[in-house]
Amino acid sequence: MTDSKNLGKGSSITRREALAGGAIVLGAIATKPLSAAPTTSHSTVPKTVLDPLIERPGQLGTPRSRRDGPLKVKGGARYAAEHHLKDMTYAALVFSTIARGSISEIDSRDAETSPGVVLVMTHLNAPRMGAPEPFLATPTGASGSSHPVMQDAEVFWNGQPIAVVLAETQEQADRAARLIQITYQAKTSVTRFSEAKQLETVATFGGEKLQTVRGDADAALEAAPVKIDVSFSSPRHNHNQIEPHAVTVAWQGKTLRMYDCNQGLSLTAATIAKVFGIEPAQVHVSAEFVGGSFGGKTLWQYHIVAAAAAKLSGRPVRMNVTREGVFRMCGGRAPTEQRVALGADKDGRLKALIHTGFTPKIQQNAMTEPFIEATQRLYSSETARIEVRAAHMDMLSNTFMRAPGSAVGTYALETAMDELAEKLTIDPIELRLRNEPDVDPTNGKRFSQRGLVQAYQMGAERFGWIPRKGQRLGRREGEWLVGTGVASAYYPHYHFPGGAARVTITADGKLLVELAAHEQGVGAATTTAIIAAKRFGIDFEDVEVRYGDSLLPGSHPAGGSQQTASIGATILAANTAMIAELAKIAPQGTPWAGLSSTGLTTVRAGIALTERPSVHIGYKELLARAGLQAITIEADAATPTAAETWSMHSYGAVFCEARVNADTRELRVSRVTGVYDCGKILNAKTAASQFRGGIIMSLGLAMMEETQFDERTGRIINASMAEYHMPVHLDVPLIDVAWTDIPDPHAPTGARGVGEISMNGASAALANAVYDATGKRVRDLPITLDKLMV
Amino acid sequence: MPIIINGHDVAAPADPRVSLLDLLRERLDLTGTKKGCNQGACGACTVLIDGQRKLSCLSLAVQCDGHDITTIEAISEVDSLHPLQAAFIETDGFQCGYCTPGQIMSGIALRGEMQRGAPSHVTPRLEDVPEASNEEIRERMSGNICRCGANNGIIEAISSYVRGTL
Ligand code: FES
Ligand code: FES
Repeated sequence: MTDSKNLGKGSSITRREALAGGAIVLGAIATKPLSAAPTTSHSTVPKTVLDPLIERPGQLGTPRSRRDGPLKVKGGARYAAEHHLKDMTYAALVFSTIARGSISEIDSRDAETSPGVVLVMTHLNAPRMGAPEPFLATPTGASGSSHPVMQDAEVFWNGQPIAVVLAETQEQADRAARLIQITYQAKTSVTRFSEAKQLETVATFGGEKLQTVRGDADAALEAAPVKIDVSFSSPRHNHNQIEPHAVTVAWQGKTLRMYDCNQGLSLTAATIAKVFGIEPAQVHVSAEFVGGSFGGKTLWQYHIVAAAAAKLSGRPVRMNVTREGVFRMCGGRAPTEQRVALGADKDGRLKALIHTGFTPKIQQNAMTEPFIEATQRLYSSETARIEVRAAHMDMLSNTFMRAPGSAVGTYALETAMDELAEKLTIDPIELRLRNEPDVDPTNGKRFSQRGLVQAYQMGAERFGWIPRKGQRLGRREGEWLVGTGVASAYYPHYHFPGGAARVTITADGKLLVELAAHEQGVGAATTTAIIAAKRFGIDFEDVEVRYGDSLLPGSHPAGGSQQTASIGATILAANTAMIAELAKIAPQGTPWAGLSSTGLTTVRAGIALTERPSVHIGYKELLARAGLQAITIEADAATPTAAETWSMHSYGAVFCEARVNADTRELRVSRVTGVYDCGKILNAKTAASQFRGGIIMSLGLAMMEETQFDERTGRIINASMAEYHMPVHLDVPLIDVAWTDIPDPHAPTGARGVGEISMNGASAALANAVYDATGKRVRDLPITLDKLMV
Repeated sequence: MPIIINGHDVAAPADPRVSLLDLLRERLDLTGTKKGCNQGACGACTVLIDGQRKLSCLSLAVQCDGHDITTIEAISEVDSLHPLQAAFIETDGFQCGYCTPGQIMSGIALRGEMQRGAPSHVTPRLEDVPEASNEEIRERMSGNICRCGANNGIIEAISSYVRGTL
């Protein structure tokens, strides 16, 4: 329906009517349970006990400003490249210019005699080091790849660091690096995706095969009365954290001291220790502030180069990776080619769900872009064939970038669902509701809690969704074509083992929590304080949190949106351990003495009998009576097992309004509503910011982001922030976010994590809105204006 | 002539290649001014030169001889906050904090630009004093990228500052 009269009609529906319409569509599913997964007597399913913390009135969920706010707005927060060490030198890197081969000659004579130069290090003089273990390949691996660092003449990608210069100043180092002459012996390389695809294998992710086969999906598709079968492609992406990667390094006696920007401190320390053949405790990595991570602030070759050069020169090293260097050496999201085929009966029930495709990776990492994860969980379908095939290329290591896999996978799936809805003449929300599964479609597990339906209800109302039945409701406003679209969001719940903390109660009744958690903008210290305050029954202001240092207990990788769950489980364990200690120091004969941790609870800045909370003694009094200045415990979080029993995932519903200029085809986003179902929200203020941040990056993915890769040479072409386009303020409208806030009874403190879910959904909602506005489906990202030309 | 940095005289560096940004960060330990791209594409290095917002990565230190430089460290006392800094905390206009000093310095200068009536690309009528509309502020702040996506909070804080409602 493209005639302008009808388009005009769509726009004349008032907001009230729209809401009423939405309610009718959604009314059909209002009978579904609106709360968490019910307790069940099913014999194999453990009984659900809701964490009492979730029920206690007070601090969970109230909006709180970030604790590091004043420091950050005053420019007082120190990042990796802002720690000055005595006698420090500055590093400049030289990157390879071939994709595969070896270095036949390095002429560094001019560089060595250039003013201020302290050292030129290449494979010819670098210390002997082990190869770093890649993330996910081993339990403690943190590296982007397993390539050895400057150990021989081999070149594995175009952009590999092959020499480093240390000098007294950055200017001197930069100058000398340019004087190094390299001659290569090139080998044949695979730098074309199409060529690599011929060598493909079924991929794995985190040890699991990226494959689901249920029934004969191809036959079911063939037989389905309504079907669509479409192909998509997505390009490479880079994180482009505004803080470029950097590290300041010194060998202090036997300890390697690193001021880093890092989202996996403990793993980084363990991996680097193995590279240098020392103990993990000899590697002291800290990162109090990290200028954005999004999956990319892990261990890359520059860390090892800087530490090796510091060793060789005997002087501390400041490694400021240039923006170009970040593009050459620190990986981003891999591109994908995807096929989505959906077959449905006339009522819109899915009979066949096919989502397959290819993505390149390197041989030396354990990361395949898992773009099918959402398809494995979002909708029920009688049959399914879901699969990722990996193709090996000679290129910079691809890596984790915000919502790996699902960011581009949901784009394909959710725009395909929109197409199917249109063909079926069913409202796109209704289509999703008709395919809402009762149990996890892939493994049959019950959902720990799933509120996709509620998210759609809330979102439709907030956005004023106008239901449609196969017709476009797009309208023209002056020179702008305006349309609306909707899509589901999905992200898995991860919870890695290894959480631990040290907790101290001091004589003045205050709490100190110490753990190796990360602050890259998520507000971790604030959230930790909120959880600990609540758990220990203490004022938020009386909790101090120390984090960002590998010498502190635990491993809490800030990845997979799991840090909050990890911290939640750790604080719970610490609370139990602390109660046991407090019961020990309670004077003999008092009601609390010698009780077990189940008999006692922490409330009102002290302990009380669980059964009779009025029988209470404050921490201060307890410590004073025992004559103690402080009491400290260390505790390890229990090994997470909930996901063995339950299907634990987060969901969302995202709505977008797009405006496309009728003449220039410029695309603008005018409205966005995102409603997320991530369990309990712990800090409304920082969670809202996480949601908005993901939406904005997702809009970037849809509209403009692309790392351009020269398939002839394997070199990244736009290795610069000027040429990699990202959303700027004018691209970002006011974004409406909300959440179902239904606690997940099986996640620590009821929270599943919020960092990545909003990276999914918005891009597809925008593409669907663009279709509503223009009648154009763009299946090759990004949706640049040339693709919208008629 | 010296460079005047936050009210103090600083000798220009002997090496003419040193940018104002590197002078601040590496030689004076004024690390509040951030380096995001070193090529004028992100705005993280924004400082005030004689009251105007400028990218310190694109300014050679020697060019600043005799000029007045203000960095984030000098807009409030140790124990207090500039109204715009307080607004950023209130509106949660940051996450990682790395773009933040640049956004704030840019916002401070922007108020002056608007009060002087300088139009932007989206100002409807060039002869009018521009209004601090959401779009106007967004356009004028578009040289300062926030990858964390704290854009809504940033624009809210700067809008109230420009409108004088803080
Ligand atoms: S560092 Fe100057 S604009 Fe990016
Ligand atoms: S707060 Fe991280 S880039 Fe803006």
